[in-house]
Amino acid sequence: MTDDPVISLRSATKRFRGATGIHTAVHDLTLDVRPGEFLAVVGPTGCGKSTTLSLVSGLEPASAGEVLVRGAPVRGIPAGVGYMFQQDAILPWRSVLDNVAAGPRWRGAAKAEARERARGWVRRVGLGGFEGYYPHQLSGGMRKRVALAQTLVNEPEMLLMDEPFSALDVQTRGLMQDELLRLWAGTGAAVIFVTHDLEEAISLADRVIVMTTAPATVKASFDIPLSRPRNVEEVRLTAAFLDIYREVWDSLREEVARSRAQGTGQGVDHAA
Amino acid sequence: MQPDARDTGTATATATQPTQPTQPTSPRTPADLDNAAAIAAAAAARRRRRAVVWAVRLAAVVVWLVSWEVSATYWIDPFNYSKPTAIWHRLIDWFTKGTSAGSIWTQIATTLQEAVFGFVLGAILGVVLGILLGRSRFLSDVCAPFIKAANAVPRIVLASLFVIWFGLGLSSKIATALVLVFFAVFFNAFQGAREVDRNLVNNARILGASRTQVLTSIVVPSATSWILASLHAAFGFALIGAVVGEYTGADKGLGLLIATAQGSFDAAGIYAGMIITTVIALLAEWLLTGLENRLLRWRPPVAGGDAQL
Ligand SMILES: Nc1ncnc2c1ncn2[C@@H]1O[C@H](COP(=O)(O)OP(=O)(O)OP(=O)(O)O)[C@@H](O)[C@H]1O
Ligand SMILES: [Mg+2]
Repeated sequence: MTDDPVISLRSATKRFRGATGIHTAVHDLTLDVRPGEFLAVVGPTGCGKSTTLSLVSGLEPASAGEVLVRGAPVRGIPAGVGYMFQQDAILPWRSVLDNVAAGPRWRGAAKAEARERARGWVRRVGLGGFEGYYPHQLSGGMRKRVALAQTLVNEPEMLLMDEPFSALDVQTRGLMQDELLRLWAGTGAAVIFVTHDLEEAISLADRVIVMTTAPATVKASFDIPLSRPRNVEEVRLTAAFLDIYREVWDSLREEVARSRAQGTGQGVDHAA
Repeated sequence: MQPDARDTGTATATATQPTQPTQPTSPRTPADLDNAAAIAAAAAARRRRRAVVWAVRLAAVVVWLVSWEVSATYWIDPFNYSKPTAIWHRLIDWFTKGTSAGSIWTQIATTLQEAVFGFVLGAILGVVLGILLGRSRFLSDVCAPFIKAANAVPRIVLASLFVIWFGLGLSSKIATALVLVFFAVFFNAFQGAREVDRNLVNNARILGASRTQVLTSIVVPSATSWILASLHAAFGFALIGAVVGEYTGADKGLGLLIATAQGSFDAAGIYAGMIITTVIALLAEWLLTGLENRLLRWRPPVAGGDAQL
């Protein structure tokens, strides 16, 4: 039972009706995520990564194939799923504390209890003292932390993260990555972490999958043999990291080149 | 109050070791002095600017009133155009001796009551229907042609119809005000409910919000700034509705005063009625602005707040 995948996609396909006809965003995607696994997804821009997450979260139904969460087909939003969106999605008219307390409140917790739990998470993501601030009074990095606390306060079993840190500067990003690993350790949650940044993917994940240019499907999967707990800044300097980086980058480079040739986007950060 | 322990821990630590513990309240460093001086200078400049603005406004009003008074005395016919002193005397008369229709306060209370009822009912109806149709594709598809047709009817004409339906009492004026307010509010509420950020809705659904919770905690607050914007204009419409309704047929109210004044070619009476109505509208505007500021506290301050109208 323990190693049954929590999330599995079986030949999942998603088509959109676009301006120029039917557009296939995800094609024949097969993918398993084990309980507690940290999976990073990299791929050229516009290839269908966000679409994949929306299939898993139940926000979009698959056009063909199957999406299973805990063995059951996804209809509506599965219980235990948390999703940090690519775009800002915190409520601008609620203070930090009330934003974080929103999930528990909606799930039926009493106001006092919801706020108590929210207060703990606000502190854990390093925003202690900002409880009464409104989102427009926060920096971009702080807003991302609010979103993180908002998601984690529900104690999700599956955490979907769509380029959560891509808008942050390098220092804040490093800090947030460490924080994420710290907060994730011990939760036992399965994570699908979409990113453009291959370094980020490798330093965080247990496994990295490379997606093909649109329509997205899994091109290759790489296990990351780095030990935990990790310090993202230090792990990047190890020889093992550089080896695996080269290997993944070789695979990704071709897709990025194809994506550029198709003119779909600017490709992927290549920082090393 | 330095909230972020990680970033400001050291700063807080140094700040708690005062260099001059004997003078905790006075400015400590030249930089502080500069700051205080700059703030004081900016405040003084702001005050001066405001004083100039008010002085120019006052001057404009004085010039206008004096030139009106003078020209009405020497050149043009005050019978048609009246003049400020005549209007002033008419106002004094109304407030001290009463009007042709009775005490002025009764007239004001009547009109105000009609406007407020029409406003509240119209706003509630507009908000509820606007949000409902804004969120339901099916309902809005079904209702679109009817709403458009109803909106195209010259609504002031309805005042006459309502007098026939509801008689000369309050209800016909309330109905007129209601119809005017409804459309103003409805279209904004509809648009506001339509333009809700999909991300916010999706995020709420993932976090566990039910359909009703999405409506109450996402859609309604998102539409609030749209709705509040329409309420400003809407109270003006409610007053127009009440006054036009009274004008069409009534036994009390400011509209009746204006109609009576018109019947006796009393230009000063028309102006006096106008002025009272305007004052009421301005007071309502002021109250609504207060409400708006309270409800939209979460919004970033508007750049160049002075320039706001
Ligand atoms: N709701 C939609 N309607 C129509 N087309 C869509 C919709 N959502 C996504 N698409 C299309 O599907 C493709 C994949 O989009 P997706 O957002 O999944 O890309 P992505 O891999 O997340 O890109 P990025 O890395 O830039 O975020 C794009 O070509 C996009 O135009
Ligand atoms: Mg995306």
